[in-house]
Amino acid sequence: MTDLAAPLTRASGAGLSPDAARARIRRRYRAEARFRLYGMLAVGFAALMLVVLIADVVNKAWPAFFETRVRLGVTPTLEQVSTDGKLERTSLMGGDYDAVLRTSLQELFPGVKDRASRRKLFNDLLSTGASAAVRERVLADPSLVGKTFTVPALLDDAADLYFKGLMTGRSERGGRGTLIPSATTGEITLTSTADDFSADLADTKRALAATARSLRREAERLLRSAAALPAGDERARLEQQAAEIVAQAADKEQRLAATGGAEPLDASEPSKLVVLDGGIIKLTSLGTNEATGIVLAPLASTQPAAAGSWKVVTLDQPEANRKLGDQQIAWLEQLRDKGLVERAFATRFFTSGDSREPEQAGILGGLVGSALTMLVTLVLCLPVGVGAAIYLEEFAPKNRLTDLVEVNINNLAAVPSIVFGLLGLAVFLNFFGLPRSAPLVGGLVLALLVLPTIIIASRAALKAVPPSIREGALGIGASHQQAVFHHVLPLAMPGIMTGTIIGMAHALGETAPLLLIGMVAFIVDVPAAVTDAATVLPVQIFLWSDLPEAAFQAKTAGAIIVLLVFLFIMNGVAILLRRRFERRW
Amino acid sequence: MVAVFFLALVAIAVAAYLAGRLKGQRLVAAGARLHSLPTYHGLFLAVACVIPMLAVVVAWTPLAPRVVESRAIAALPADLQPKSELEHDARLREARLVAVGQYAGAPSPGLAAAGEAYRSARAAAEVLLLALGIAAAAGGFVWGSRQLAPDFRARNRFERVTKVALIACSAVAVLTTVGIVFSVLFETLRFFGRYPWHDFLFGLQWSPQIAIRADQVGQSGAFGAVPLFVGTTLVMLIAILVAGPVGLFAAIYMSEYATPKFRAVAKPVLEVLAGIPTVVFGFFAALTVAPFIKSTGEALGLSVASESALAAGLVMGVMIIPFVSSLSDDVINAVPQSLRDGSYGMGATRSETIKKVVLPAALPGIVSALMLAVSRAVGETMIVVMAAGLAGNLTFNPLEAVTTVTVQIKTLLVGDQEFDSAKTLSAFALGFVLFFFTLLLNVVALRIVRKYREQYD
Amino acid sequence: MTTMPQIDLAGAGVQPATAVAKPKVVARDVNVHYGEKHALHNVSIDIPEQAVTAFIGPSGCGKSTFLRCINRMNDTIASCRVTGRIELDGEDIYDRSLDVVQLRARVGMVFQKPNPFPKSIYENVAYGPRIHGLAQSKAELDEIVERSLKRASLFEEVKDRLDAPGTGLSGGQQQRLCIARAIAVSPEVILMDEPCSALDPIATARIEELIDELRENYTIVIVTHSMQQAARVSQRTAFFHLGKLVEQGPTEHIFTTPEDKRTQDYITGRFG
Repeated sequence: MTDLAAPLTRASGAGLSPDAARARIRRRYRAEARFRLYGMLAVGFAALMLVVLIADVVNKAWPAFFETRVRLGVTPTLEQVSTDGKLERTSLMGGDYDAVLRTSLQELFPGVKDRASRRKLFNDLLSTGASAAVRERVLADPSLVGKTFTVPALLDDAADLYFKGLMTGRSERGGRGTLIPSATTGEITLTSTADDFSADLADTKRALAATARSLRREAERLLRSAAALPAGDERARLEQQAAEIVAQAADKEQRLAATGGAEPLDASEPSKLVVLDGGIIKLTSLGTNEATGIVLAPLASTQPAAAGSWKVVTLDQPEANRKLGDQQIAWLEQLRDKGLVERAFATRFFTSGDSREPEQAGILGGLVGSALTMLVTLVLCLPVGVGAAIYLEEFAPKNRLTDLVEVNINNLAAVPSIVFGLLGLAVFLNFFGLPRSAPLVGGLVLALLVLPTIIIASRAALKAVPPSIREGALGIGASHQQAVFHHVLPLAMPGIMTGTIIGMAHALGETAPLLLIGMVAFIVDVPAAVTDAATVLPVQIFLWSDLPEAAFQAKTAGAIIVLLVFLFIMNGVAILLRRRFERRW
Repeated sequence: MVAVFFLALVAIAVAAYLAGRLKGQRLVAAGARLHSLPTYHGLFLAVACVIPMLAVVVAWTPLAPRVVESRAIAALPADLQPKSELEHDARLREARLVAVGQYAGAPSPGLAAAGEAYRSARAAAEVLLLALGIAAAAGGFVWGSRQLAPDFRARNRFERVTKVALIACSAVAVLTTVGIVFSVLFETLRFFGRYPWHDFLFGLQWSPQIAIRADQVGQSGAFGAVPLFVGTTLVMLIAILVAGPVGLFAAIYMSEYATPKFRAVAKPVLEVLAGIPTVVFGFFAALTVAPFIKSTGEALGLSVASESALAAGLVMGVMIIPFVSSLSDDVINAVPQSLRDGSYGMGATRSETIKKVVLPAALPGIVSALMLAVSRAVGETMIVVMAAGLAGNLTFNPLEAVTTVTVQIKTLLVGDQEFDSAKTLSAFALGFVLFFFTLLLNVVALRIVRKYREQYD
Repeated sequence: MTTMPQIDLAGAGVQPATAVAKPKVVARDVNVHYGEKHALHNVSIDIPEQAVTAFIGPSGCGKSTFLRCINRMNDTIASCRVTGRIELDGEDIYDRSLDVVQLRARVGMVFQKPNPFPKSIYENVAYGPRIHGLAQSKAELDEIVERSLKRASLFEEVKDRLDAPGTGLSGGQQQRLCIARAIAVSPEVILMDEPCSALDPIATARIEELIDELRENYTIVIVTHSMQQAARVSQRTAFFHLGKLVEQGPTEHIFTTPEDKRTQDYITGRFG
């Protein structure tokens, strides 16, 4: 544009035909829409993740809030429950209440005769804590000795999981033909007038095929890992393992290829149970209309069963992969058929401490530990944090030193939390010799951790109080401290409280530094003082998440729900406080 | 006993306060014009009693055990008198056990006497402490009440004490930093005394477990931390790849596009996400995301470790989305409206304005936000402890298991530690690296933010 | 600046009385520095007892700075340094042994913007007597509050709602509340820093009336932007310019026969 007198070309149409200009504008609007979409997707992604996370935890947690119990009629005898034949409290304290339950169970299953099975009946079905219910009743009312009453006996975690449907998928199919059993106990043959077992046979074949495929994949994976290793023992071991798996797969494939005849069922395949005439038979081989099996619960008779009066129960999880065998499941099925099994809200989850037995483990220890730790944290960090904020905001001379303190506090707020754990370990435990695992030390460490947060929030709150209030007080002869403590601080209090609650919520969810100061020990007792060994809720979550028992997964998620509820309450209160007392000057 | 002492402290403080105030009120009743309110006379007197009492505790606490111990040793019969430092400590330990009644078996008469002496000396020490404390308080009381007079500046004196207390509060924050630096520094130096620092920083093999066997003094494990640094970097990169774009776009959308209604919903969502404890994210990573990635990967024919870096990194990314978005939100909002208006005035669309004007202007702030996010990711512990591996694999493959600095610190220090072993000390060396790396990032990031703010203020 | 006071040039030769018969506050060679900035140069002035002295001058001339020296409010500003001598009843107020809190009880202050505490009306007034221990009983305190509110001619308006928050009053009422709050500690001197600048004309008129009434019992120093206000309420006027005290004297004198060119320019509206 050398000629200044010439009109300026219009930017939108610079050298473009009207069509091209319009196309250009359309393109720009499309880019605009795209950009906007990215933003929405980003917010949507964050929201989706939150929903997925919460839904996942809630879904995993719900079983933790229920427990399964079996109502057993018990008749405690004097020799069982009293150590010396007296009805004194001290004698009754040491009684063998397990024996009471054992007797009761044996009466329910008269068919179980041998010692090993009897032991299984008691140990695998009932929790080790089940007898506590009897004990409590008897201790509360010694006159119950010799009388019959019913108690809810807590089931073992595996049995509990079975009833919650978390151990195995379970499906039932009614019989179409008339089924004739060959005997009432032992190994028997079942013959149906219809091709009742052909569907099961097909099921089993499908399962075989699937197993074979996954075995092949596993072998391939092992071989790949082996190839990556240098030649040596480790590599040879992996290759051998792979070869074994290939052999298993080949076996399955061979069975799959074979047609006609009876197909054997083993523990690595889904279990098939036939329920008829009050008894339960576990199938060991399948034909189309004939099957053989072992009686797990004796039949009443060898009467042929009409169509519809018997059924086949399929347990998807193979017996080998389950903690509970088919025999135990048969017992549980019988208990359920008798209507003795009940499900109730697990108050135990909130009222007991940690335990190695999942069904008895509760969060009380963690809750109390957290409460004690938070108490120590609050008592330490609130006065110190507010005091520091008051000094820095109101009294400190503005110089290099206070600048340095300010930079220091800002950086301290961003120091990784585990570093505070190192500080606690090196200073509080090793140098000052304070007790390990104690809420006292946990509270100290967390107080230092949230101190910067509280100082920063308190300073902001103090700064927000207009200087005219301070001047007004000074103008009528209040000392600087009187002006601050009588006027500025009360006005800053809502802001300080909000900051404190948010800081405390942060401390409540903090885990890493507490691991380093030994709050990870397995502690059954609920702590009573700040120097007792304890754990806190988030650490309890961490500990449970690491345990192999499936039941602990639900407990972990349950504890997370409780923790989140507390955090939401705290943050909610903070938000309310902010809304309620927010002041515009 | 401690409780008794502090109860006495509180009781004395209250009594002194009341006495001082009463005296002040009497002076007023007698017609005097007081310099300070009677309340301040009370507070001054209370402080005059409490400070000497606390001074007694501070002075007595390190002194008392020595007195008690020397009494116990003196009570030992001649044949049991310790001849060496080691024996001295052993005798004392025994005497202490006897004193608290935890000695296994029946103690010899000489030892029993020492135990008894120990117990009585300790009891005497406690009584003495209380007596000294009360005496000090009484001294303070007498001195303080002599001061009280109509023109005595009780308020000024009391306020001076308050100010010192406030200064002490501020000093806690500084002492925390000093404590952190010294606790990691000392142990780190001890570690480097046993293991060369260059091997630690540049070594390619990490296997501290070898050193467990105490009988093999000369043979220590391999403490080459490069695999940890690589693992940490890998997880951090994955996290930033998730949190960076998502957090930034979320911030842009929230500050430039969103209607107030949308913001009213979306902001709490992000706040809730920010408030979820890391242990919950760890649970989510370990029990939901990692199996999901493994099964998805295997369905695609990939070999995925069950503790893949990808799972930990993804979840960590989700965790720091709110962090990045709120920091970016701040810096985007700090860009003056006039810049935007200038761009709109030329007919630019919103996205063009954001891309060409707002983001370049906010760039330093965004860079510092990302640096703070990196620092957060590097220091994060629970997610990686629960979802990442333990073995120090030197790999950049996100589908394999890697370990991180924080995981190793936790693993080395949790459970039974051998006191003073290279293994334990190496955790502090890792902590040292972690602390200084994050500190550096924070200092630089905060400085950039400050500069940036000044630019538009 | 619509109406100007009549300037009587005929009286220009009369020497204004710089020395005052009964000075309450005496300042000599007061200098104030804010860090590097020299805000006030060698100010010397006598402030008479039971009279209203007005400080006038353009913005940033140092009149507020000097006012804040009289009760040491400048102490709260870290970078502020005051030299020279200010005496209250012959007592050096910058003496190290003097308690600044007691000084401020004797020299009260009312600020530019009404700043009642966010508490009840009663508490606003009662706070001062309470921290200074002026009342031995609740009845005595009630009496002080009532008397102070009456003197600030606010009592009739608020007597039924002493428990209502002070911040709920109108601007003029708030400022009178602040005056009552200052009176409640029985000061000898009341400093007023542009007390009407945030008020409407009607509220301003009431405050001015009040100042005139208060003159009987208190020594009042008022900083004002408005020359009419200075002319209306004050007996003596001091004119500040660029950190210097240019001229001082009886108010009618300053407004009618200013000696300095700058004073004349200012009061005739040439600058400011």
